[in-house]
Amino acid sequence: MTGATIARTGPDHRAAFRPATFGDALRSEWTKLRSLRSTFWALTVTVVLGIGLGAAISAATAHGYAKSSASGKLSWDPTALSLDGMAIASLAIAVLGVLCISSEYSSGMIRTSLIAVPKRGRVLAAKSLVFAAVTFVVGEVTSFAAFFVGQALIAGHAPHAALGDPGVARAVVGAGLLLTALAVLSVAAGTLLRHPAAAIAAMVGVLFVLPGIAQALPGSWGNTVNEFWPVLAGGQITSVYHAAHTLQPWPGFGVMCLFVAIVYAIAWTLLDRRDA
Amino acid sequence: MIEAHGLVKRYGSTVAVNDLSFSIRSGMVTGFLGPNGAGKTTTMRMILGLDAPAQGSVTVGGRSYRDLPAPMREVGALLDAKAVQGGRRAFDHLLCLARSNGIPRSRVDEVLRIVGLETVARRRVKGLSLGMGQRLGIASALLGDPAVLIFDEPVNGLDPDGIHWVRTLMRELAAEGRTVLVSSHLMSEMALTADHLLVIGKGRLIADTSVDEFVRSSSQHSVHVRSPQAAELAALCREAGATVRAGSTAPAATAPVPGPDAGTDPDVIEITGMDSAEVGKLAAAHGITLFELIPVRASLEEAFMELTRDSVEYQAAGATR
Repeated sequence: MTGATIARTGPDHRAAFRPATFGDALRSEWTKLRSLRSTFWALTVTVVLGIGLGAAISAATAHGYAKSSASGKLSWDPTALSLDGMAIASLAIAVLGVLCISSEYSSGMIRTSLIAVPKRGRVLAAKSLVFAAVTFVVGEVTSFAAFFVGQALIAGHAPHAALGDPGVARAVVGAGLLLTALAVLSVAAGTLLRHPAAAIAAMVGVLFVLPGIAQALPGSWGNTVNEFWPVLAGGQITSVYHAAHTLQPWPGFGVMCLFVAIVYAIAWTLLDRRDA
Repeated sequence: MIEAHGLVKRYGSTVAVNDLSFSIRSGMVTGFLGPNGAGKTTTMRMILGLDAPAQGSVTVGGRSYRDLPAPMREVGALLDAKAVQGGRRAFDHLLCLARSNGIPRSRVDEVLRIVGLETVARRRVKGLSLGMGQRLGIASALLGDPAVLIFDEPVNGLDPDGIHWVRTLMRELAAEGRTVLVSSHLMSEMALTADHLLVIGKGRLIADTSVDEFVRSSSQHSVHVRSPQAAELAALCREAGATVRAGSTAPAATAPVPGPDAGTDPDVIEITGMDSAEVGKLAAAHGITLFELIPVRASLEEAFMELTRDSVEYQAAGATR
């Protein structure tokens, strides 16, 4: 260690500095995201699970197509099948989204971040925007890849889908959009709950546990939850076949977006008001 | 540069900061001193907009921190050097912060050089030693070349070389005309670094004074005298208006090692209210032989403890000296 002294341009140049902008906050959050190894691994898991599980489910289900019932054949949706892996892959995005803010709370980095950018809404907006953009790119790549791999495995064993078929392109693009909405939701959940474990548990509850319970609920109760529970409603955008007691693709996705917006607004308000 | 007016902060029923007002000037190091739990960190958090005061306000350069257009260019702060994400490389950590305020990448290399961390710039933060972490924190405060610097206990975890370096840095920053606020619970540390003192206890302002004045006003200067005619001298001093008490063999501040007979000695007295010159003249005028005549300045530490005795938050039982 040297006894280096401070030698700079001196305090004079301060007159020339420009105000910090939202663009600066975006660049900062992008640097944060790319400089942690966990980002790379979580995104790799997302791609591998999304494509790999989709392929496995597609192949296995297509082999059983010939033996399936008439109603099974009627509701045959090769597009949705090939995108099934995305639902599991979304867990990796949810964990990464939660961590990108809650790990700042658990480490104390949030205080350093908020001293650098005291406009707290700016930090949250920049963080969510960067993470949503990264998720959108990764999500669409995964979704398209899963679709093509899945269809290739289905072809020859069962009817398969093409991008030009009605509703198919919307479903494939929609799978990436749904993942992006989930990314924003998980950042909001991380902001709201601050503790990584609590926020991840909440996301698992929203994504998997509550939908699972909904399946078990009797009759009209189950139907209502199935129809309107945000994650399930949003999931309609990845289907081509329209089942009973479900919303149409875009209205369904709208319910998901509304839910995300509400949670986000609460997170924004609390971040602004709470002591950091 | 930093102005606080009637700051109040409560956590539940605990009042952490109670009606605190101060003004911190540029061009000098201001020591923010108080026992643990006195409210130093809370006050700094309010200056930096992390905590909202229940009452009152605090401004930096006339604006509240949240309204600063380029915060890091105006204020550099180190509250907790451990408040970083361990998985990130030291360079990237600083780059994230620099980016947020539009500070060029070249400045990151520059501050790494200033704090002497250029060789570990590619290392992940969790692999840095306590002292290196502290230097990284100081580097982040210097990134924006700010006019105001705020450091919470900056020498924590540093080796003697590092402590000396921090002291020198603070003094240089102040000499360049910057406002430097440094907190500490160690008076001795502040004596070597600070020009001005802000002393708080239990969230209240106890003193806002220069270091010299602080010592002068709060300590009893006394004169240690050893004389075979101590009783005679004591009577004369009392007559002259001074206070005299029986002293120990040697003043605590100067005794190399207390001898086996340490304790009260009938030949030793401690005189307060007169300086050593006056005592010496008085003794000479009356033909009193003096073996020892030592002016005793209460150490800063003693002065500080005396001042904050009533406001120490956590006190060991029986430690009332």
